Amino acid sequence: MKLVTGILILASSIAFSAKLGAQEIAPDTLIRNVSNEVLDIVRKDKDIQAGHTSKAIDLIESKVLPHFNFMRMTQLAVGKDWRQANSEQQKTLANEFHTLLVRTYSKALSEYRNEKITIKPLTLKPEDTDARVRTEISQANSGKPIGLDYYMEKSASGWKVYDIEIGGVSLITNYRETFGSEIRRSGVDGLIKLLQSKNQPAEGATAKK
Amino acid sequence: MKPSSVVQTMLKIGSRRSVESVRGMLGAIGVALVLTGCATSGNPKDPIEGFNRAMFAINDGVDQAVIRPVAVGYDTVMPSPLKKGVTNFFGNIADLFIGVNNLLQGKVSNGVSDFGRVLVNSTVGLLGLIDVASDIGMEKHNEDFGQTFGRWGIDSGAYVVLPLLGPSTVRDTVGLIADSKTNPVPHIDDVSVRNSLLALSLIDKRASFLAADKVVEAAALDKYSYIRDAHLQRRRNLIFDGNPPRERDDSASTFDVDVGHDTTLAQHTDADLSIGEVATTAYK
Repeated sequence: MKLVTGILILASSIAFSAKLGAQEIAPDTLIRNVSNEVLDIVRKDKDIQAGHTSKAIDLIESKVLPHFNFMRMTQLAVGKDWRQANSEQQKTLANEFHTLLVRTYSKALSEYRNEKITIKPLTLKPEDTDARVRTEISQANSGKPIGLDYYMEKSASGWKVYDIEIGGVSLITNYRETFGSEIRRSGVDGLIKLLQSKNQPAEGATAKK
Repeated sequence: MKPSSVVQTMLKIGSRRSVESVRGMLGAIGVALVLTGCATSGNPKDPIEGFNRAMFAINDGVDQAVIRPVAVGYDTVMPSPLKKGVTNFFGNIADLFIGVNNLLQGKVSNGVSDFGRVLVNSTVGLLGLIDVASDIGMEKHNEDFGQTFGRWGIDSGAYVVLPLLGPSTVRDTVGLIADSKTNPVPHIDDVSVRNSLLALSLIDKRASFLAADKVVEAAALDKYSYIRDAHLQRRRNLIFDGNPPRERDDSASTFDVDVGHDTTLAQHTDADLSIGEVATTAYK
């Protein structure tokens, strides 16, 4: 009896902790692990440093983006016009925004030159579902580090990023202005077209001035 | 002086290319002036958007033609410790008026620390070439008169793109004038030394943005508004030293009035102009 109970308790606690393990990685630990992993890879990979984006894109897609909530990011970036878009349009917008961010991020990674990242300690209450993870990137030539903050929310599949702030500039807020004025100019479909043309492989397409 | 002759050579190289691009630039100015009269997106923080876009196009032209090539040359040729030395040198001078601004904002311990930085770096740090102060834990701050005015409660006013200097606001432009009064470099008597130092400081700054360039190209749907919005956010962040009051759900934005006008949006620029005016007055 005791043995069976013992095994049952053991088995359920293993199952319980496995479930806990998936969900309970604290947001700052998550950011630290992913940052270290990604930067380690970039440090060793000459191709990425030389600007070969396809490798950088693979890296970002596999290691970084699973921790982002793109639907939410796109919804926040589009703002109050989100309600005007039907679900087909919303899906397309999220996909295009995803592609845009991947390409931007991969450009940024190829500029990485051994800067150090410091992750600031985070105090989180167990009932918190929103967190701001502050990190700092030391810059190559100047004394003052740049702040890079991740805004994260707790979801069923773990903590997900929904906004990034670099030096105080929020990604979502920045895109909201551009998206908003494009929607006013040519509607949601116009915005989709603009994003799609921006995401075309770069040869002919130049950014609108 | 070695650094100044390097810079002067680079400026000569840059100016040869600029002669070829002058026609291109004049063309850009012409187009930009024509466009000045056209519709704006009605952003209330950017009431002179037409003018700003024109100035942005001109600055970008000059940058592509002259400044960026020189900065790329500088970045490639100069060894890293020398580049760091240049940045530190100008950073040391800047610490003086960063200290002044911290005091003016009532941040006394920050201000005292800034003057401490100048003292340490000018002596132990060989006239500022080595940033010893940061190594011993004296944090570098970022302040200027524009931020001081903002801290005093002066609203930023319209977004303005200045010739060559780029993004600014009405308040920060006044701040820049105040900054140049306290900066010792423009007041050096020897003309060639002063010009070399000013040029070097410009190139040093521009070179530090080269990596950011590529990211902006990739990220921006519309370079002008991307830079404008990033600049305005950053200034707000700097004034509050990294802790601005949060504006997160700003979807209750300026264009609430527009909700009824959706069907007319697809039409002309004229419609956009009047919507913009309505929204601007509603916002005020």
